[in-house]
Amino acid sequence: MTQVTMTVNGKSMSGDVEGRTLLAQFLRDDMGLTGTHIGCDTSQCGACVVHVNGEAVKACTMFAVEANGATVDTIEGQANADGSLNVIQQAFQDYHGLQCGFCTPGMVMSAAALLKENSKPTEAEIRHYLDGNICRCTGYHNIVKAIMAASGQDVPAVAAE
Amino acid sequence: MYNFEIEQPGTISDAVRALGQEEAQPLSGGQTLIPTLKARLAAPSVLVSLSGIDEMKGVCMDDEGRLCIGGATTHATVAQEAAAHYPGLASLAARIGDPAVRNRGTIGGSLANNDPSACYPAGALGSGATIVTNNREIAADDYFQGMFDTALEEGEIVTEVKFPVPEAAHYEKFLQPASRFPLVAAFVAKFPDGVRVAITGASNGGVFRWSEAEAALSSNFSADAIAGLSLDGSNMINDLHGTGAYRAHLCGVMTKRAVAAIG
Repeated sequence: MTQVTMTVNGKSMSGDVEGRTLLAQFLRDDMGLTGTHIGCDTSQCGACVVHVNGEAVKACTMFAVEANGATVDTIEGQANADGSLNVIQQAFQDYHGLQCGFCTPGMVMSAAALLKENSKPTEAEIRHYLDGNICRCTGYHNIVKAIMAASGQDVPAVAAE
Repeated sequence: MYNFEIEQPGTISDAVRALGQEEAQPLSGGQTLIPTLKARLAAPSVLVSLSGIDEMKGVCMDDEGRLCIGGATTHATVAQEAAAHYPGLASLAARIGDPAVRNRGTIGGSLANNDPSACYPAGALGSGATIVTNNREIAADDYFQGMFDTALEEGEIVTEVKFPVPEAAHYEKFLQPASRFPLVAAFVAKFPDGVRVAITGASNGGVFRWSEAEAALSSNFSADAIAGLSLDGSNMINDLHGTGAYRAHLCGVMTKRAVAAIG
């Protein structure tokens, strides 16, 4: 076992992990942060996306020891300080960007990474960026609308591709 | 996944020393290796992580005008930092996998794995790159030796890749929509002394140069120049996503589109 320490959502957190412990398992099982979902466990679906040192990564395809000393942000740290939903989360609610909600933590974390890189993405850029996030409920249109709205842009009638 | 120890060396020499242990295996971005470990298709006793080795990271130009990329440099970094020097290669890097995969996956890991459907082998072979390891330099023409097979020896790691920069290049890929790997992709690079064409995703032998297309394009750089050429589909990958004949056909289509994109 190896002791790891990382700053998760602004708090220092430590735990003992095996070499094979995935970052997603460490966050969920050891730290109790179950908002990071494991959908496919094969790095296809993106439900486990978190930010490590500010970059979106799939927490099911990175070992916990590789995040030792890193800054990690998960869905639990996204709300505003007063507990209200942040701009992206609120837009997902306003535009009905979720149905079952399983993919939503990863969608929100990917959307946050996109808007940090590109504050006014086009519809096509949003769809391209979400290549690694799979949603089986919404057909993506309302997710795309939510991200357009979260970036302060007009939300057009999004046409099916 | 079976358990293992992870070592995290900070220098190339420490990594090479750690890889000298029994059943040790290098771990770069892990975007292929970790799923492989989960499927219990690999069972190393020690994984040597290369992602903490700063001397293996970064993008720069050398005195000979070659673009040099450290082996542990992520696809996202190449997409961003190589764009001004070698846009054709930066564009290839920007389209591997998805954004989260590009933030972890590395050029050295991709070239060491040599997946027959990976993108980077086409970029390296199509550019005539030099693969630098901890103890030698290997020309791309000698490096790729078949599906998942390279000239790397046990415990040898890709520390850097040096790319001659062509006048123009384009990577055209036909996505396999489920995996987003190329079903077939062509990397076309136009140098002053000739054209190189590398094809990935098609052959049972992994990435290869299409020499007939290179000869035709070197004398007449237009999509029409290769209109009459065809490849034999009998040694191409034949699976539920496409027959060998279909892949052979796509080789021509992707190469023509790449040439047309360069103009």
